[in-house]
Amino acid sequence: MESGSELLLGYLSGYFPILIFIFLALAFGLVTLALSYLVQPKYPESEKLSTYECGSEPFSDSRMPFPVRYYVIAMLFVIFDIEIIFLYPWAVTFDQLGLIGLVEMMIFIGLFVVAYVYAWRKGALEWD
Amino acid sequence: MFETSLRLALTLTQIGVVMGIVLLTVAILTLLERKVLAWMQDRMGPMEVGPYGILQPVADGLKLFFKEDIIPAGANKLLFSLAPILSLVPALIGFAVIPFGPNISVEFFGVEFKPFVISDINIGILYILAFASIGAYGVILAGWSSNSKYSLLGGLRAAAQLISYELNVALSIVGVLLLAGTLSMVKIVEAQGGNWFFGIIPNWFAFALPFPQFVAFVVFYLASVAETNRLPFDLPEAESELVAGFFTEYSGMRFAFFFLAEYANMILVSCVAAVLFFGGWQAPWPFLQFHGSLEHLAWLSGIFWFTIKVYFFLFMFFWIRATLPRLRYDQLMRFGWKVLLPIALGNVVVTSIMAYIFPNS
Repeated sequence: MESGSELLLGYLSGYFPILIFIFLALAFGLVTLALSYLVQPKYPESEKLSTYECGSEPFSDSRMPFPVRYYVIAMLFVIFDIEIIFLYPWAVTFDQLGLIGLVEMMIFIGLFVVAYVYAWRKGALEWD
Repeated sequence: MFETSLRLALTLTQIGVVMGIVLLTVAILTLLERKVLAWMQDRMGPMEVGPYGILQPVADGLKLFFKEDIIPAGANKLLFSLAPILSLVPALIGFAVIPFGPNISVEFFGVEFKPFVISDINIGILYILAFASIGAYGVILAGWSSNSKYSLLGGLRAAAQLISYELNVALSIVGVLLLAGTLSMVKIVEAQGGNWFFGIIPNWFAFALPFPQFVAFVVFYLASVAETNRLPFDLPEAESELVAGFFTEYSGMRFAFFFLAEYANMILVSCVAAVLFFGGWQAPWPFLQFHGSLEHLAWLSGIFWFTIKVYFFLFMFFWIRATLPRLRYDQLMRFGWKVLLPIALGNVVVTSIMAYIFPNS
């Protein structure tokens, strides 16, 4: 019989290679940038450093206000994505849940559809 | 102590090999894309560097490596430098859970390890989805920190597009999870062995009973094309309106990183498509893999089939690019929210009902 901490350790050991991978990928990025920095020419001048605006002088602030539509999309994404993630554990244990699990999830998906239809009818999905 | 260090060395070797293969495949893809597009348009493609232009990726890479790295005036220097790495790292580490070949264990000086998957964690597909979402930060930070109007617009568009299609990717996978009953990539592939219909049709989830997930696969693939910002969904970097979108101001190696990330993401979604819907390393029919006296070479045919499938999906990327014109932005959003999402949701409902009526078939 394994103790709880041993179980946890065995479980976490699967993530150790991933941690190494993250460090290696980061190192690859940083080392390549550093090496490239050492060999590249550096001739900065004001024209070169100005932002690209089709040849004309940049005017006004670049961080301009943007349509509120993006926020609506982001909010809808958060809501729907959480609802979809709820489906994952249900899908994995589907065989053991039987009819109850199916019916309950159909009700849940029904609520999802109600929210979706509401967003559609309100015009949150329109883009013009 | 010896065992731990040996295990570490094995893991490091594995990661090094996988990263090497991914970067090599990216190099091959940059050439292959230009060649495939050229052949479809009755051109030759790159021919100057090396025989038939096969050294073109080397020339491109060296050029970008030795190029001046410009940080535009007014840019947020820290975020500007950070963004390419933030976009590259998630694209690379997704490969940690992809099973490239059969799930076999090899004993090496008393240490048991699986040569064809870096880590078989039990939430494999969730891990890939999670890190794919982090890639969106790289894109939006690049757009915002550049202090350029084109970059900002490109970054915003990219972020909205990424999250919209992320939903469809997540939803189209549910059917597969339901049939496989697991989130582990290795177990999902193992669930797809064998054939049905008199041994003609492989038991891959795209074709398997009780409900073939082919429609889900189409949704997944289209959403993946959109998530990797490829044509016809490449609105974030639409040359004709936004110059180069969120990486307009990038040059040299940082530009190359965005390029690498995009191609690594293409390879990753092709791998995921092969694993989830087309049986990963499984051969379509038993006689197409090493068996009998050659049983010990089965891993070779496994890798062969996996590579074939991945390259087919990569070829599809180029094929779609050569065939279809770019969508308009409102069409793109409407397609994601009003067409793909209901289809994916309907697929979940039908699959679950079918799986309840015909369990374990």
